[in-house]
Amino acid sequence: MEKLKNIISLTIDGQRITVQSGTTILAAARKLDISIPVLCHHPKLTATGACRVCIVEVNGIPVTSCTTAAEEGMEVITASPYIENLRRDIIDLILSDHPYDCMVCERAGSCELQELAYKYQIRTPVFRGERRIYPKRDGNPFIERDMEKCILCGRCVKVCDEVQGVGAIDYAYKGFQTKICPPFERDLSCEFCGQCITVCPTGALVSKPSLGKGRQQDIRKVATICPYCGCGCNLTLHAHKNEVIRTSSPKDSINEGWLCVKGKFGLSFINSPDRLKTPLVRKNGVLVEASWEEAFTYTADRLKQIRDTRGPDAIGGLSSARCTNEENYLFQKFLRAAVGTNNVDHCARY
Amino acid sequence: MSSQPIEIKVCLGTSGSAAGGEEVLRMFQHRISEQGIEAQIGRRCTPKKVGCRGFCSRDVLVDIIRDGNKTTYQSVTPIMVERIVQDHIVGGTAIAEWTVTDEYASFHEKQHKIVLGPCGEIDPESIDEYIAMQGYLAARKAMTRMTPDDVIDEVVRSGLRGRGGSGFLTGEKWKVCRREEQHPKYIICNVGEVNRPLAEGNPHAIIEGLLIGGYAICASKGYLYIRERYHRSVERLRIAIEQAREKGFIGPNVFGTGFDFEIEFSFGTEAFICGEETALMESIEGKRAMPRVRPPFPAVQGLWGKPTVINNAETFSNIPIIIGRGGEWFSSIGTKESKGTKVFTLSGKVRNNGLVEIPMGMSFRDIVYGIGGGIEGDKALKAIQVGGPSGGIIPTSMLDLGLDYENLAKVGSIVGSGGMVVFDEDDCIVSVTKFYMEFLQRESCGKCTPCRVGTRRMLELLTKITEGTGGDEDLRTLERLSGVMAATSLCGLGRSAPNPFLTSFSHFKDEYLAHIRDRKCPAGVCTALIIFSVNEEQCKGCGLCKRVCPAKAIAGEVKKIHLIDPDRCIKCGACFRACKFKAIKKQ
Repeated sequence: MEKLKNIISLTIDGQRITVQSGTTILAAARKLDISIPVLCHHPKLTATGACRVCIVEVNGIPVTSCTTAAEEGMEVITASPYIENLRRDIIDLILSDHPYDCMVCERAGSCELQELAYKYQIRTPVFRGERRIYPKRDGNPFIERDMEKCILCGRCVKVCDEVQGVGAIDYAYKGFQTKICPPFERDLSCEFCGQCITVCPTGALVSKPSLGKGRQQDIRKVATICPYCGCGCNLTLHAHKNEVIRTSSPKDSINEGWLCVKGKFGLSFINSPDRLKTPLVRKNGVLVEASWEEAFTYTADRLKQIRDTRGPDAIGGLSSARCTNEENYLFQKFLRAAVGTNNVDHCARY
Repeated sequence: MSSQPIEIKVCLGTSGSAAGGEEVLRMFQHRISEQGIEAQIGRRCTPKKVGCRGFCSRDVLVDIIRDGNKTTYQSVTPIMVERIVQDHIVGGTAIAEWTVTDEYASFHEKQHKIVLGPCGEIDPESIDEYIAMQGYLAARKAMTRMTPDDVIDEVVRSGLRGRGGSGFLTGEKWKVCRREEQHPKYIICNVGEVNRPLAEGNPHAIIEGLLIGGYAICASKGYLYIRERYHRSVERLRIAIEQAREKGFIGPNVFGTGFDFEIEFSFGTEAFICGEETALMESIEGKRAMPRVRPPFPAVQGLWGKPTVINNAETFSNIPIIIGRGGEWFSSIGTKESKGTKVFTLSGKVRNNGLVEIPMGMSFRDIVYGIGGGIEGDKALKAIQVGGPSGGIIPTSMLDLGLDYENLAKVGSIVGSGGMVVFDEDDCIVSVTKFYMEFLQRESCGKCTPCRVGTRRMLELLTKITEGTGGDEDLRTLERLSGVMAATSLCGLGRSAPNPFLTSFSHFKDEYLAHIRDRKCPAGVCTALIIFSVNEEQCKGCGLCKRVCPAKAIAGEVKKIHLIDPDRCIKCGACFRACKFKAIKKQ
């Protein structure tokens, strides 16, 4: 009964829907497959209400659907001519302070602002005027910040604070000159998780290692698991001409689409010339390439030899957190049952 | 010899101090204590500091009360002190040529001073003087003889509306917060720029109001939010809090009722947006002052996520009066929907600049011509900007409009925090609008798109018009922008930012069109649109214009007609002002 009390029903574009009280108009509309454009809203972050693009009409008054809770009996219109004109003008205002360089922008094709400009067919803004000009001068190897493309949606500030708990960036200055930057406009010096890149709706934040290596088309996406730690984050490799240029993670995965610095930026080893591609066996003091068969045979022979001459406790095994649980289980089983020693350890301990 | 005390009251409000009030006070103290005056007239003369009494254009103002007669001197400087002491304090004869004129009387008699009443009369640093005028009696009455609900009912009955901008009914706001079951609750007093005279002249009234408010909504913690830069206000409030604490009016177990109340300062920096209540709360929480989305409203979920009431210092200053004299008495002042009085800072081209408190509903005519004494130099009044930078511009045709919340809303303006600037025929309305937009775009917090980009675009378009490069389409763009900003901005700043343009455009359309179609600035303000030239019939060839021109743009021999080279002229107007024969034309 308690739960029933918290159920409310409202009408969106003439369709009735019942939702839990506290649900925003935006969330309710999405349940009905009614699309309302957003720029600052992100489902995993608290509401900001900054871009004003998601306005809808309630009793003739425009309200932001991402911040307004649905109420019993509410009648919402998501796309009246009045609302669509306002929305168009807001996007126009954003575009009036945005570089028109989609042709060379990394995000072309996956840019949320570009999509809205397309949807509302804004080629030249009505509200023309000064554009913010900022030098790009970050020395860090990971994150390219082009603040001229920043639309001040605040997602990066929120993900850094709410998800990552770092708070490396925030708003600075006021008015038209408002800017998101590290303290005192120093270079970015954070843990470079790249979460800000993940949530950025435009090309303001992009991954430096992938600059100029290929945009959204001609990308082969390969689903895999991050090789770094036992968390097992889902990873999508973006491959272009057989090179991994970028990674992302699906939002509905166990890691909710979030990655750390390793998963985001740490996969360049795949194409490294120094990468080991076959086992090496030392012969006459020199490491030479060998087949897996040869390497296994050599290892098994030596282990047997040591066990037989010096006893099983002369052997110890160290395993890795980068292995799966199953692999680690097998490894300790092998040492205990096959070799016969308890000398087994792991960076996270058995 | 009379034994009645002689009082010397020196105005030490911000304006009085700026005019040299501290030196004047020191000079009085010096003359009286060190030069044997006490021996002549007895120990009955104590110079003291008082707060602002409003007539700031004639500061430093000094009251001498001798034998029960009050004489007010204006524009007092330290040099004048000796003669005042000798002739008036010792000799008993006032110096007529230094006293205030009739303007001083007419400035005051049309006002209705409720909250400003004690300012300029009592020593703001003495709780005893405040208590002597029944101070803290209202708080005692509220806490010992009324329940919190009684207090709120009394405030509701008074019809008091928030004096900080939006004009929401104070009692209703308190009621919502009182109903909330979550604890603790907070009560915040915003001491804005326009409240400084109150904090400097009668700080205890603010403290008492805050205390009563805290009791009414059951909050044990009050915040005074004030810019640190307002040193004098901060200092006087700090002294007031210490004195109130010593007397047991704040602290644990106030008036033995078991109610605890503490007041803490929270210092803001220079940001207009901090007047927005949710941005103000962010600021107290140590975050960047950016408005929050509403709902939830502060009365439900405010400071630190707890139910919070925010009012400004003027609202709180009214509370002890309402509790003391009753809500009904208070509601007898003002109009149907707007009760009580409102403090305005009357400035601009009006003769008597200063701080005024008027009953709600008074007409602009009475304010400007009655209290303000008319326009400087008897020029023609052009417009009145009321309600601060995002208020509206009222034309002369509306001079008889009664000033209250409803009427101002009807004409596209706001009461705001109480700014009132008077413009005369020499002011260009487009430039004035541009000036306000410049301020608003600079003070936008940058959070929401319509305000951040919209105010900038409006400024750019207005600049274009004042520079003579505007077109008719720019006016349409301005109107369209105004619509988007008013409808979709996050907070009141962006929503009200188009007010100066919308009101000035609707009342002074001709002036906008003159700038655009005729490339002329009728008031002769916009430098890009004016040309200075010599009227050959009137030029006597005195050479003064040539000497004052900083750009060496004027040529001519003595006793021959001079000429201005338009290419070199920087349009500073120095020649225009200097010419004694009115031979320089401004077109």
